[in-house]
Amino acid sequence: MSQDTGGPDSSFEDRLKAARSKQGLDAPPKPPEQDGLGGSAWGIGARVGVELVSALVVAVAIGYGLDRIFHTTPILTAVFVPLGGAAGVLNLWRVFSPKQSDRG
Amino acid sequence: MAAEGSNSIDALGQFQLHSALGAVGGSVNFTQSNLMMVAAGLGVMALLWMGMKPRAMVPGRLQAAAEMGYETIMGMCTETIGGPQSRKFFPFVFTLFFFILFGNLLGVFPLFFTFTSHVMVTLALSLTVFVLVTIVGIKEHGLHWFTYFVPQGIPKALAPLMVTIELISYLSRIISLSVRLFANMMAGHVMLEVFGSFIVMLGGLGLLGYFPAALSLGVNTMLIGFELLVATLQAYVFAILTCIYLHDAVHLH
Repeated sequence: MSQDTGGPDSSFEDRLKAARSKQGLDAPPKPPEQDGLGGSAWGIGARVGVELVSALVVAVAIGYGLDRIFHTTPILTAVFVPLGGAAGVLNLWRVFSPKQSDRG
Repeated sequence: MAAEGSNSIDALGQFQLHSALGAVGGSVNFTQSNLMMVAAGLGVMALLWMGMKPRAMVPGRLQAAAEMGYETIMGMCTETIGGPQSRKFFPFVFTLFFFILFGNLLGVFPLFFTFTSHVMVTLALSLTVFVLVTIVGIKEHGLHWFTYFVPQGIPKALAPLMVTIELISYLSRIISLSVRLFANMMAGHVMLEVFGSFIVMLGGLGLLGYFPAALSLGVNTMLIGFELLVATLQAYVFAILTCIYLHDAVHLH
């Protein structure tokens, strides 16, 4: 299939593509989903919950562990809980930020 | 297991571990979970070996399935990880995806155990991914990799705070990756058990219970289909998140 037998400015492939899309034979390219992880409301809800809670769990674990080591029982846990919340929000920002960042 | 002569629903009993393979299995604590892992591994190997044996130009069903699996994961690796190294990680992602997929799908069969419904199993899988991603990152970039935790363009005074938050966010991947898979699988099987118990309990009521029992049977039928979807989707999600994390490790910032 040689491409330069068509018009001077559009190859056969291009014209075929245009004709196909005019007739609706080609499905329009779908907007890419965020991470391709499914976009249903349930999926998003579950994702938000998991991301927020997991960051908080890690932060509480770190705070509690450091408290046990340094014998400063409530202080470091109290410091790390808001940090964990912030990390959870950061996770969510990574997932749902409008610009697809390269950090995933 | 459901409603054994009582009025309570034992939805979590199905997740208890028993030793399998008789006395030999009992002496080495070989549980039905381990047995299902072996079955899943053998299933994957059987699919690939039997599927690729004909080596036909026009593939049959098994060969088409095997080739499709290969191409899907290969595409996922090259597109998501990117770069020349992406093919290096293909065996790992392929193994991970098919092990989880077979574990999830085998669990839908009656009397079979779903090993991915135990958080310890999924935690082990996600820890493997986490350790691998960290090692790959350090191997690729050396000590420079630690700048991953310092966001670009922040004031010096904020750096300790931001590094702590980034570190927590990085560590939370272990939890989120494992909990997502485990929670999805466990929730589905609990729902199946609950509605299955409804069928038995309502059916035992006599004439009045037949209609709601039939309704529960309908719900359970739908849930089985839904389980198949979730099983495939969660294996895919686990694999693609692994690829995204590998991408982060290979391409710093």
